Amino acid sequence: MRKSLFRILSVGPIPNHIAFILDGNRRYAKKRNLNEGMGYRAGFLSLMTLCKYCCELGVKYVTIYAFSIDNFKRKPHEVDAVMDLMLEKIQGMLKEESIVSQYGVRVYFIGNLELLNEHVRQAAVKAMEATSNNDKIVLLICVAYTSTDEIVHAARESCEAKRARVRSSGAREGNEEELKVVDIERHMYMGVAPDPDILVRTSGETRLSNFLLWQTSNCVLYSPRALWPEIGLRHLVWAVLNYQRVFPLLERRRKQM
Amino acid sequence: MPNHVAVIMDGNRRWAGSRNFPIVFGYEAGFRAFKRLIELACNWGIGTLTVFAFSSENWCRPKAETDLLMGLFERILRFELEHFMRENIRISLIGDATKLPKQLQSLLVDAVEATQNNSRLHLIVAANYSGRSDVVQACRKIAFKVKDGLIDPNDINEYLVERELETSCTDFPHPDLLIRTSGELRMSNFLLWQLAYTELYFTNALWPDFGESEFLEALCSFQQRQRRYGGNL
Repeated sequence: MRKSLFRILSVGPIPNHIAFILDGNRRYAKKRNLNEGMGYRAGFLSLMTLCKYCCELGVKYVTIYAFSIDNFKRKPHEVDAVMDLMLEKIQGMLKEESIVSQYGVRVYFIGNLELLNEHVRQAAVKAMEATSNNDKIVLLICVAYTSTDEIVHAARESCEAKRARVRSSGAREGNEEELKVVDIERHMYMGVAPDPDILVRTSGETRLSNFLLWQTSNCVLYSPRALWPEIGLRHLVWAVLNYQRVFPLLERRRKQM
Repeated sequence: MPNHVAVIMDGNRRWAGSRNFPIVFGYEAGFRAFKRLIELACNWGIGTLTVFAFSSENWCRPKAETDLLMGLFERILRFELEHFMRENIRISLIGDATKLPKQLQSLLVDAVEATQNNSRLHLIVAANYSGRSDVVQACRKIAFKVKDGLIDPNDINEYLVERELETSCTDFPHPDLLIRTSGELRMSNFLLWQLAYTELYFTNALWPDFGESEFLEALCSFQQRQRRYGGNL
């Protein structure tokens, strides 16, 4: 049934890149009288299901806001629980029977990874290496990420790169060209993917929470009321239909630019 | 109550189109809605109001239309400056004014200077503004400081970037609430960095139809939001 639905959707343009803010895991746990950890686990199952659907639909990039730098402000035991779960799931990705392997998912961890503990960071690096040859769909996991931190990092790297170029070429600094958009974009963590076409935030909150501010300047926004663990096929279909509705206008704008 | 409200005044052309009016009627009706908004902001104690008057992407529209808009902006500034002075409204401009017609540029400069000490409402007009360009020009200024040895690349932080953004004309550059009319669910490159934690409110009403009841709905929606900034409640 899903195959036929996706075939119908494919008559129109399919978004190349969908980004998700996975909001509502804790509220879901509270609603079901579960502990918070179970909320995050339920959220992880939803993530795997969504990735599967996106892959089947022909979406090439999926980005998720797994953990913001701001989330480090939460209670220590909560942060630890999320980090432990992340470590468990990242290690799970490396197994052959995981969805990542079965569906050919290439994984990137996007963010200021130095802020993560050693175990999680190492596991993340390993997972990126292990999946680097997968080519069916790319999953970008934003962890220890905020958009403003990403921009600052890109600015720093651009300045360092300019300095290094000047030193190595022996040219006078005065001959250097001024900083351009491409300089910033080249050094963004998200430079490995095109800009998202759709940004979905679950749980009815309508704000960006410092996620992909640069990349979503012309992205279609969708904020369903469903909590993240409740997200399903119908939400994905609705998001794609909305995208298809405004696509002609967005294409015209892109061509004019 | 939100201290800083930002508005994307979208839907003027569709409003005119749906009534079979020429586009200029849509923009003039949009201006009347803009005046209503300023009055509402003053009455409801909003401290800062940022409006997206003209995006750098709008230059792609037909020349006749952009000329019309520029003419309308000039008329507004000529006739409304006195009103802004009386109402104690301060005007600031963000965006690349150099691409605007010379006469409009000089009217804007005069308006900004004349109102700089007003304090009831700070009206920030984004004309020929792009959020991405704002971030790039801020980073460029910082890059010059690095080149001149004033700062090290490792010193670059969010505070330094924010100080160089065009919205540093206000102490509250981050809108609490952003309203976009006409049902479009996009940011359209408006205020990129500054919108990190802004509550977004989208309404199907076209801009010329946006009045007190629509504004109150937006305020009510804002008051029901739970702003966590990534932390706990």
